Amino acid sequence: MCGIVGLYTKSPGLENHLGRMVSAMLEKMTERGPDSAGVAIYHDPVSEGSVKITLQGDDEADWKDVERVLRENLEAGARIVPIASHGVATMKCDADRAASWIEANLEHVRITSVGNAIEIFKEKGLPSQVIDKFHLSEMAGTHALGHTRMATESAVTTAHSHPFNTGRDLCLVHNGSLSNHNRLRERLRAEGIRFQTDNDSEVAAGYLTWRLGQGASLNEAMEAAIADLDGFYTFAIGTEDGFAVLRDPIACKPAVIAETEDWVAMSSEFRAIAQLPGNEKARIWEPEPATIYSWERS
Amino acid sequence: MEKFDLQGNPVRALNSALHQEQARMKEFEVSNPGGKHNVACGARYPCSVTIHGHVGYYCAGMNQQADIVIHGNAGPGLAENMMSGSVRVHGNASQYCGATSHGGLLVIQGDAAARCGISMKGSDIVVGGSIGHMSAFMAQSGRLVVCGDTGDSLGDSIYEARMYVRGRVGSLGTDCIEKPMEPEHTEELQALLEKAGMEHRADEFRRYGSARRLYNFEVDNADAY
Repeated sequence: MCGIVGLYTKSPGLENHLGRMVSAMLEKMTERGPDSAGVAIYHDPVSEGSVKITLQGDDEADWKDVERVLRENLEAGARIVPIASHGVATMKCDADRAASWIEANLEHVRITSVGNAIEIFKEKGLPSQVIDKFHLSEMAGTHALGHTRMATESAVTTAHSHPFNTGRDLCLVHNGSLSNHNRLRERLRAEGIRFQTDNDSEVAAGYLTWRLGQGASLNEAMEAAIADLDGFYTFAIGTEDGFAVLRDPIACKPAVIAETEDWVAMSSEFRAIAQLPGNEKARIWEPEPATIYSWERS
Repeated sequence: MEKFDLQGNPVRALNSALHQEQARMKEFEVSNPGGKHNVACGARYPCSVTIHGHVGYYCAGMNQQADIVIHGNAGPGLAENMMSGSVRVHGNASQYCGATSHGGLLVIQGDAAARCGISMKGSDIVVGGSIGHMSAFMAQSGRLVVCGDTGDSLGDSIYEARMYVRGRVGSLGTDCIEKPMEPEHTEELQALLEKAGMEHRADEFRRYGSARRLYNFEVDNADAY
């Protein structure tokens, strides 16, 4: 079992409160996933030609030193904003080149996200501890996904925690379990998709990245996923400008969506949505099996 | 009247009150359920419980004799294993509402999701809207009435439960067939619709049930024991 939440703002006035709102939702999903928690938050996109990379180190990571190394090897203007065990690096550099160089050369840090706007923070521990550690309540942004994990398919480590980001700004959180992830991972590796773990949910993210890379729209990629992913899932998916929800055809993993004029929210349970201002007036529904729900900023 | 505000208060206090003999003939008002689980579970005595707001998993589970009304939506497992009494939801119900219910009346005024009435064992379930796939799977006894449409695989491996559907059936499950509406069926359905407060005529519905062709219905298979 796991808990997932997603929140997509429609009115700019809410962007400064996004972290507080999504933290309240995440904490309500503690009973569904007390092992670890994580949040992907989309905010403050970098300008064209630049990239934002979230790095995970340990609590003693020397981010000044990492910043110096990035400046010497990638771009002289590289910056790192440290947030507890993570650091958000921005630099004027090709995304693939930067990510490959970091993976190959920086032993003590691991990439949790690459993109223009996405930042991912995740750790082992209770959601409330993770929220406090990263000061998630104070974060601003346009949309966010969150996950509370009760591991069933792989180890309880920070690396195995959600959200998973496999392509630029694409991010996925998953409640469920996939049964054909091993074979699919091999197939996707052969297609050039990189994986960091043996986690089944990372394969779902990788699959969507692969389809998007082949020119599919997000909706087309999700349509194809219904045919190619075998198992149980409720997914919440984020892109730089968009937000989507998808359940498998059997739909035994719960999901609820609520929408007001100001926001769209999804969660495993209504309890999380009940934390949001204005939920009393929201349109609330249970997403249909094998049906794509998506929102995008025009 | 006893009032329970669930904002910041445990559900257990409400449920304990419903388990006591003193609950008999009382009225309970519940506010701010906020999607909490197990609201009004295990009620044992005739009483009325009115819940204002949305509830989470397993609301009104194991109900005996109480009349429970929810002014909101219900999460998964509503009225699971209900024995008697009634449960009414003014909004929608999530998956497997009325699962394994032995008796009583469950009314969903909106839609019910997948697996509605799975393995029902004698209750009456009336849905004002539509229901999801795999509903009444292995339903053994009782009646399921759907005023809207059904999802796929309705009544798969059904035993003796009767189903009445007013709208479109997505598809029928294994060993489930359409059956003729005889006068006795029209009569029982009309009475049930009135009891549930649905303003439809029984002759707008079609009846579905077991073809009785699966393994357990073959008398020759008794030799295996």
